[in-house]
Amino acid sequence: MAIMGIRLKKKGAPHGVNLPESKFTAESPIEPLPLPEKVILPLHQNLGAPCEAVVTRGAKVLTGQKIGDSEKYVSAPIHASVSGEISGTPMVINPPTGRLIKALTVTSDGEDKWVELEVAKNPKALSVKKLLEKIREAGIVGLGGATFPTHVKLVPPKDKKIDTVILNGCECEPYITADHRVMLEYGEKVLSGLSIIKKVLSPDDVYIAIEDNKEDAIDHLEELVVAMGFKDEFKIIPLESKYPTGAEKTLIGTILGREVPIGGLPLDIGVIVQNVGTAKAIHDAIFEGKPLIERVVTVTGAVKNPKNLLVRLGTPLRSLIEYCGGIEGKANEIILGGPMMGISHYDLGFPVTKGTSCVLVKETIPVKEQECINCGRCLSVCPMHLMPTMFAKYAKAGRYDACKEAYIDSCFECGTCAYACPAHIPIVQYTKVAKSELIKRAANK
Amino acid sequence: MTQEETPKEETPKEEATQEEAPPEKLTVEERFLLSPGPHLRSWYSVSRIMYIVALALIFPTAAGVYFFGFQALWVVIVAIVAAVATEYGVKKLRGRPFIMDGGAVVTGLLLGLILPPTMPLWMVAVGSVLSIAIVKEAFGGLGFNIFNPALGGRALLMAAWLVETTTWVPTRFMPDAVTTATPLNMSFVWEGSKTSLWWDLFIGNTGGSIGETSALAILVGGGLLLALGIIEWRIPLTYIGTVALLTLIWPGQDPIFHVLAGGLMLGAFFMATDYVTSPITYKGKIIFGIGCGVTTVIVRLLGGMPEGVCFSILLMNALTPIIDKYTMVRPFGLKKVRSEG
Repeated sequence: MAIMGIRLKKKGAPHGVNLPESKFTAESPIEPLPLPEKVILPLHQNLGAPCEAVVTRGAKVLTGQKIGDSEKYVSAPIHASVSGEISGTPMVINPPTGRLIKALTVTSDGEDKWVELEVAKNPKALSVKKLLEKIREAGIVGLGGATFPTHVKLVPPKDKKIDTVILNGCECEPYITADHRVMLEYGEKVLSGLSIIKKVLSPDDVYIAIEDNKEDAIDHLEELVVAMGFKDEFKIIPLESKYPTGAEKTLIGTILGREVPIGGLPLDIGVIVQNVGTAKAIHDAIFEGKPLIERVVTVTGAVKNPKNLLVRLGTPLRSLIEYCGGIEGKANEIILGGPMMGISHYDLGFPVTKGTSCVLVKETIPVKEQECINCGRCLSVCPMHLMPTMFAKYAKAGRYDACKEAYIDSCFECGTCAYACPAHIPIVQYTKVAKSELIKRAANK
Repeated sequence: MTQEETPKEETPKEEATQEEAPPEKLTVEERFLLSPGPHLRSWYSVSRIMYIVALALIFPTAAGVYFFGFQALWVVIVAIVAAVATEYGVKKLRGRPFIMDGGAVVTGLLLGLILPPTMPLWMVAVGSVLSIAIVKEAFGGLGFNIFNPALGGRALLMAAWLVETTTWVPTRFMPDAVTTATPLNMSFVWEGSKTSLWWDLFIGNTGGSIGETSALAILVGGGLLLALGIIEWRIPLTYIGTVALLTLIWPGQDPIFHVLAGGLMLGAFFMATDYVTSPITYKGKIIFGIGCGVTTVIVRLLGGMPEGVCFSILLMNALTPIIDKYTMVRPFGLKKVRSEG
């Protein structure tokens, strides 16, 4: 069903690749995972500063109670996701960096007693300042995977006018269907959260971007936009399914034809992109007073029954996989996130964190790296129009300055180049090495 | 503050236990692989690409065998076997692992296809050895060679045995009247109509190297490579287009004849598109194709040799690094930075 004026013409990203979608769980409704006996909550679950514990070992906590916070502006607090007792303060590995970070263990009392949820009498009438405060207190970060604190992203510098907000429902990574199900099952909450984002930023245009492999989500949100009276405010843009269409800079380029300057942010060109899951979390925080203590996670790949689960943060991966019938068939790798940008983890005791959109169990057969044959596939697929093979060549030779001159900083490590590479060169790895080496050198200067 | 101190005291203890024995009931079987992303790989691999190229070359090879008989097949087989054996030997001498990635097969096959069907087989073998040992491996092997190995090998063979490498025989279906030489030679005389000449050149019923004569077979093979995304249209199109355009405006020349005759078709689809020795950028590929076209026409019409495809591609191979250097892609978002100062 197409309603005039809401659904705009389909657009497609100029670069990228068509991946096998493998979205086996697109039809599976979100199931709440039974309360875990114990949750492990790392105190660093955002892209900014880590939190410090505000409770001690042995303390009794309620569900939704704040247990970690930071005085830094770019950070987001952590809340207990079950009620019970703080039973331990272990160190856990932070998958993206491989460094050890502090965590708190909460042993559940099985009762799931919540803190008193504060909801304003008329949430829609709250001031922008008050809204941002509530978003911060709820510990909301970008749930697409980047985990940048949302209350920071929603406050652009004074000299930058935000004219466009894009709600990102692309979910271009294969396998993952978490955002898809969120749009279908929590569509009202997503749109309500989006209206809060709109109120905070007061942009001219609000677009909802969804890939055309989620036709049902497009239809559903279209109907909801009308039913909820947002007909004149929100426009839906279907996008060709391609990877990495949903990456922030690619998305803006595809929809608006604007290029985020190198080294810049979307807000430099007046745009802010928010994930659909984040919008739902904003709704929960403002209209229900709930902090971010659970999220939808797709458990898929080599498990018996792939599912979309509503999971309390801190639940060990083992519980998710066991709930899905356990590992079935050949598998030797657990990936947090999608197959393209996800990070593998060796330990099933590791918890679900705010940025975990997917737990992918799969078999990986390590391949041998060969010499670059100059085929140019990485160039033709790079969404940032870079020359990825040069990063690998320069990094191998230790010529990190040459990497910088080739604009390595523009690379957001989507992995499309390494996917396409017939010589199986781990280009993303070389890029990461070069980037961290450049950061070290800059720090030493 | 007391609240903060407690975890700090706890941490070293916990950290130590973590290193000795991982928490909970973690067993060895439960340790999973850690591998860098992306965790998906496209279907293409170096050896798959090489074997698809070899497969596409079956068409020109079959045409060559059809028109020149089984002596042509022997040339090709000897070239391939010698190339693979040389690669194996050189890798062993260099102490490097030998991977049967199909690169040597393609080089040997291509070399066989650009030699005359009457070439003595021992000379063919020497050509393969030179191609692999000198032109490819001496530069570091696949990925590092500057020149197309098959063309380099042929150039070396021409320097050694000019007569043998340029002695052409008629096909099995040609009347004796046109036995003189390849159509591009000065002494070439054609007595039939122009369209019958074009037709013979198109299907390959003409003197020349084994795999170069049949434009039809090359187009089938090249089309296969284009369809499978192995090669990219820019180099073949600009190369052939430039030759056609220049011979069109050149007084007294027939562009259709120049496109169909000699090694242009095979060179444009299978040699100039060699990944390693051609530019990586789209702009670079176009410059490369035009450069090949211009040089080919100059050699054919003004030079001392009847054919210029081999040397024009080798010349552009040498220029490839510098073309790449000056045709760098404009990164996404670069212009904006400049305009904003």
